[in-house]
Amino acid sequence: MSTAHILLSLLASEAGHGYDLKRRHDDRFPQARPLAYGQVYTTLQRLTRDGLAEVAKTEDPEDSGGPERTTYRITEAGVQALRTWLSETVPAAPVSAASEIFAKVVAIMASGFGDPADFLRDQRAAHLTRMRELTAAKTAPNATLSAVLSADYALNHLDADLRWMDTTAQRLDALAQEVRTS
Amino acid sequence: MTTPPPLIEARDLVKSYGAGQAPALRGAILHLAPGEILAVTGPSGSGKSTLLHCLSGIVTPDSGSVRYGSERLDQATETRRSELRRTEFGVVFQFGQLVGELTALDNVALPLLLAGTSRKKAHESAGEWLERFGVRGQAALRPGEMSGGQGQRVALARAMVTRPKALFADEPTGALDSLAGEQVMTALVHAARESGTAVLLITHDAQVAAYADREATVRDGAVAGETGAEVIR
Repeated sequence: MSTAHILLSLLASEAGHGYDLKRRHDDRFPQARPLAYGQVYTTLQRLTRDGLAEVAKTEDPEDSGGPERTTYRITEAGVQALRTWLSETVPAAPVSAASEIFAKVVAIMASGFGDPADFLRDQRAAHLTRMRELTAAKTAPNATLSAVLSADYALNHLDADLRWMDTTAQRLDALAQEVRTS
Repeated sequence: MTTPPPLIEARDLVKSYGAGQAPALRGAILHLAPGEILAVTGPSGSGKSTLLHCLSGIVTPDSGSVRYGSERLDQATETRRSELRRTEFGVVFQFGQLVGELTALDNVALPLLLAGTSRKKAHESAGEWLERFGVRGQAALRPGEMSGGQGQRVALARAMVTRPKALFADEPTGALDSLAGEQVMTALVHAARESGTAVLLITHDAQVAAYADREATVRDGAVAGETGAEVIR
């Protein structure tokens, strides 16, 4: 996912200046890390350089009494780039942390440092703690639907990791044999 | 802040359902704090439902103790235990077990009517609880005329209408799709928090368990581990 495409999607509905785009981004993606101003401005400059966005107007600080503000809008080329990006499916690759969890289980067995069952138990507790935090966030009385859906996405991925850890925990003996003999 | 004494405390529970059968519980220890939401998870056949049945007084253990305040539930008579289940405990199962001939409103009013509340007051309260669970519009429907999710919310309204000290829920979302399950869990958690009701929730679903403050995992008839922390409310 690129910040450039996300900013283009925000500009597609309405022109805006850097601070405005940052605020709209953070509202729409409440679970994502808030965008840094610097990142917004460098991305807008890159989009402008590539002809995907352009300056709509610049407010003179003398008129507004505030800092100089540049409002950006999407260009026709920007609309095309956004449409292309939106029409492409995302690679169906496993993106969860499970691959690192799996690597550690095998590494514990290969090195003989620690017990993979203990590691899986601790990892399970860490996952459950995060799932409780996400669930508390999504059931908070003021939670927006964006916040709920974003939390649901993370919850489903963590849940998939958990199920994998549960079945792996039951198959550790067989895995240990495989790791030892290979 | 000091930890308040547990609402219900079970020690060393052993329970078999028949001679020659492996015991469903073998030394289970568990407590439920006032107002907390506790998830009990574990594989099928691990003994989690039997644990719920012992803590709610539906069955008595072969040995071990279940304390509810100063009372010993494991020594209480069936009459006393069913009185508690009508007044101070609420119980909900995977399939709501509503009375098929009664409307949603009458189902929810039933525990109050049994406790001697006037018909008018019972119906008023029942209406408020249906509202709280988002199913007021279904008040005049019978269980067969509602979706699974609506039926479960009516069952929860019925379990909560007496403002119980403890709610026992055995796989309350087990028969629902994920969106209906989420709506049921959100309504349950909000209602329990508002009423200060402690919840013992049995589930095999980690996403449902994540609604709880604390999780206890049952394996082979005993509590094998806990995560999360008791929340003092």
